Amino acid sequence: SFSFSPTFTFSKFQILSRIPQPASLPALDISTNSNGPKQDSLMDDDPEDLFAGATEEVSLDSPERDVLLSDGPSPAITPITPPTSVIAPRIGHIEEEEGGDSFDVHISVSDPEKTSLSVFKQRDFSVKRRFSDFLGLHSKLASKYLHIGYIVPPAPEKSIVGMTKVKVGKEDQSSNEFVEKRRSALERYLMRTVKHPILLKDPDVLQFLENSELPRAVNTQALSSAGILRMVNKAADAVNKMTIKMNESDAWFEEKQQHFENLDVQLRKLHASVESLVCHRKELSVNTAQFAKSAAMLGNSEDHTALSRALSQLAEVEEKIDQLHQDQANADFYLFSELLGDYVRLITAVKGVFDHRIKTWQKWQDSQVLLLKKREAEAKLQFTNKPDKLQQAKDEIKELEGKVQQGERDFEQISKIIRKEVGRFEKERVKDFKTIIVKYLESLVQTQQQLIKYWEAFLPEAKAIS
Amino acid sequence: MTSLDDNSKEKLRSVSVDLNNDASLVIDIPDALCERDMVKFTVHTKTTLSSFQKPDFSVPRQHEDFIWLHDTLVETEEYAGLIIPPAPPKPDFESPREKMHKLGEGEASMTKEEYAKMKQELEAEYLAVFKKTVQVHEVFLQRLSSHPVLSKDRNFQIFLEYDQDLSVRRKNAKEMFGGFFKNMVKSADEVLISGIKEVDDFFEQEKTFLLDYFSKIKDSTAKAEKMTRSHKNIADDYIHISATLNAICAEDSVGVEIRGLLEGRVASDQELKLTELLRYYMRDIQAAKDLLYRRARALANYENSNKALDKARLKSRDIPQAEEHQQQCLQKFDRLSESAKKELTSFKGRRVMAFKKNLVEMAELEIKHAKVSLTAHPIKHTV
Repeated sequence: SFSFSPTFTFSKFQILSRIPQPASLPALDISTNSNGPKQDSLMDDDPEDLFAGATEEVSLDSPERDVLLSDGPSPAITPITPPTSVIAPRIGHIEEEEGGDSFDVHISVSDPEKTSLSVFKQRDFSVKRRFSDFLGLHSKLASKYLHIGYIVPPAPEKSIVGMTKVKVGKEDQSSNEFVEKRRSALERYLMRTVKHPILLKDPDVLQFLENSELPRAVNTQALSSAGILRMVNKAADAVNKMTIKMNESDAWFEEKQQHFENLDVQLRKLHASVESLVCHRKELSVNTAQFAKSAAMLGNSEDHTALSRALSQLAEVEEKIDQLHQDQANADFYLFSELLGDYVRLITAVKGVFDHRIKTWQKWQDSQVLLLKKREAEAKLQFTNKPDKLQQAKDEIKELEGKVQQGERDFEQISKIIRKEVGRFEKERVKDFKTIIVKYLESLVQTQQQLIKYWEAFLPEAKAIS
Repeated sequence: MTSLDDNSKEKLRSVSVDLNNDASLVIDIPDALCERDMVKFTVHTKTTLSSFQKPDFSVPRQHEDFIWLHDTLVETEEYAGLIIPPAPPKPDFESPREKMHKLGEGEASMTKEEYAKMKQELEAEYLAVFKKTVQVHEVFLQRLSSHPVLSKDRNFQIFLEYDQDLSVRRKNAKEMFGGFFKNMVKSADEVLISGIKEVDDFFEQEKTFLLDYFSKIKDSTAKAEKMTRSHKNIADDYIHISATLNAICAEDSVGVEIRGLLEGRVASDQELKLTELLRYYMRDIQAAKDLLYRRARALANYENSNKALDKARLKSRDIPQAEEHQQQCLQKFDRLSESAKKELTSFKGRRVMAFKKNLVEMAELEIKHAKVSLTAHPIKHTV
C-alpha cells in the first residue's frame, strides 16, 4: 500500500497572543470575527497590523459568510518561543458511529522538547475527530483567511453517493473503498493545512489538533468545501460582471492569473485522463481474471498432458497478473488521480484568492469614487448656509478618507500576501508532483519487474510441451 | 501498397507449424494491397511439379476467391473424410477505421503531440490488422499445399495458377443457396451426432473431447480479446497522460522529464499472439467437428441403408439394389472413418505443437517488452 508522509518543518513557530486571557477560561468573544488573528504580524517582516480591517471586511460581506463563522468558543493561547519541530499527522479510521464516520487523528511530533506548548510536549498523541469536524475546521479557516489572500487548502468533498453506500453494508467492498478514499483525503487535507506556516498557528487548527473533544460543527451542509467553492465562484462571477475592468498595474498578477488559468485546464484534462486510466485498469483486471478462469477450464479440457499443465500454469500466471493490475490500479488512483483531484480544487482556491484581490481593489476604487462625490457635494454646500450639513459632510469626508487609505492598505496587503502565497504554493506543487510522479513511475517499474518474473517462470513450462 | 519483408513474414508464420516443408510446392503471399474495403493479395507459387505450367508465378486474389476455394473443397464428396482447413475470416478494418474517425473528430481538443502519437498508434493498429489478415490467408493456402490429398485438388491448382479474374467461377446464387442450406442442416447434425450410437471408442472419445474443447476455446478466445482491448485502452490513456504531463512540466521548467510513460505497444504483440492462436484453433476445431458430422451422417446413411435392406428382404423386392446401396454406404463410411482417424490424430499433434510454439513466443515477447520498457524510459529529474 502507499502511504503519504511528507514531513515539514516550520522554523518560526509563533503563536499570536490575543488579548491575554486566563488559561482556564474559554474566551467568549462578542466581536463578529472571534478568532481572526488581530494582533501583531504573522510574518516577521510585516510589523503593520494586517487585520485591523478584517472584522469589518467580514461583516460587510454576503450573509453566507456569517454561517461560516466559528461557533465555538476560542481557546486561550499562551505565547511560546519558536522551536523547530516536525509534525506528522496520520489518520486512521474508527468504526462508524451515528452521524457519520469517526477518524483517529494521530499526531506525532519530533523534538517535542523544543516546544513549550503543552500539547506538543508529547511525542505521540491522538484525538478522535468526525468528518464534520474537518469540514468545520476548513470553513473557519476559509472565512478567516481566504479573503485576505491566503490559499486555504480545500476540505474533502462530502459525497452523498458515498454516504448511502456506507450505510448499506459495512462489509461491502465499495464501502471499504469509500472509507479508505475518505480517510486518505482527510490525511492529505490535514497535512496540507498544518504545512501552511500561518494556518498552523491558527487557534482553530491548534484546537483541532489538541482538544480531546470538539463541539459538533453545525450546519455542515453549508460548511462543505462545495459550499465554499460555490461562494468563491459567486465572487468570481461578481468580478466578471463588473463593468469596470481593473487596471492591472502589476504584470506579475496578470501573468500569474493566466498561468493558473492554463494550469487549471491542463490539470482537469490530466485528471480526466487518469480517471479513465483507473477505470480501464480495473476493467483489465476483471478481464484478466475472467481469462484466467477460462484458460484453467481449457487446460482441464485438454487431453494432452503437458499442454494441459501448461495451460493451467498460464491460468495461474494470469491470475497473479490480475493481482498486479489491481495493485497498479490502486497506485493509479491513490497516488495519481487523487493528487490531481486535490490540485484541481486547490487551483480553484488560488483563483478565488486572485478574485478577492480584485474585489478588494474594487472596494478601494468605490471608496475613492464616493470620496470624490462627497468632496464635490461639500464644495457645493460651501455656498449654502447650512452649517450643520456642512459639518456632516466634512465628517463624512474624513471618514471616507480613512476608508480610502484603509482600502489602499488592504489592497497592498492582499497583493503582498498573494505574492508570498503563490510562491509557496508553486514550490509545494512542484515538489508534490515530482514526488508523486517518481513514486508512480516506481510503481510502474515494480509492476514490470514482477511481470518479468512471472513470465520467466512460465517459459520453461511452455517449452516442456512435447 | 504495403510490403512485408522476410523478417516479418517469419514472425507471422506462427499459428500453424510444419507448413511449406515440401519444396515441391511452396506458396506465400509476399505482398498485398489495401484499397478501401478490399484487400488484393499477391499469391506467389514456386513449384517443381509438372502439373503446373510454370515453376514460379504469381496471381492477384481477393478474399472472396479464398472463400470460393474453401467452399468448393468442403462440398467435394471425395474430401468428406478430411479436415478442410478453416476459411480465412474476412479482413476487418472496422475497429481502426472507427477509431481514426473518432480521432479526427477529437483533434481540436488535443495537443499536436498527442494527436500525432494517437495517429501513430492507430496506424500501427491498422498495420497489425493488415498483417494478420495476410498471415491468415497465407496459412490457409499453406495448409492445403502441405496436405497430401488436398494439394492435388484441381480447383486449388486453378486458384494458384489461373491468371484471369476468378469471379466467374465463384459461387453463383444457386451454389450459395446450396451452401446455406448445408449450414442449416449442419446444426441439425449436431443433434444427430449426439444421438448416434458410436461403435468406435476412438471416435467416441474424439467427439466428447472436441465438443467440450470447442466451447472452452471459444470462451477463452472471447476473454482474450477483451483483455487485448483493455490493454489498448490503457495504452491510449497513457498517450494522453504523457502529453498533458509534459505540457504541465514544460511550463514549470521544472526539469522533470517524463519520457514515454507508455506501456506503449503492449497490446499489439503478446496478447495478440495469444488471441490469434486461440481464434485460429477455435476455427480449426470447428473444422474437425465438421469432419465428425460428415462421418456421423455417413454412419446414419449406412444404418438407414441397413434398415432399407431389411425392409427389402421383408418385402422380397429390390434386394440387389438395397444390398448394393448398403455396401456402398458401408464402404463410404469405412473409408471416411479410416481417413478421419488419420486426420484427427495428426490434427492433435499439429495443435499441440502450435500451442507450444505460440505460448513460448508469447512468454518471450512479454519478457522482452517488460525489459525494454524498464530500460528505455528513464526518469530524469533535475532539482
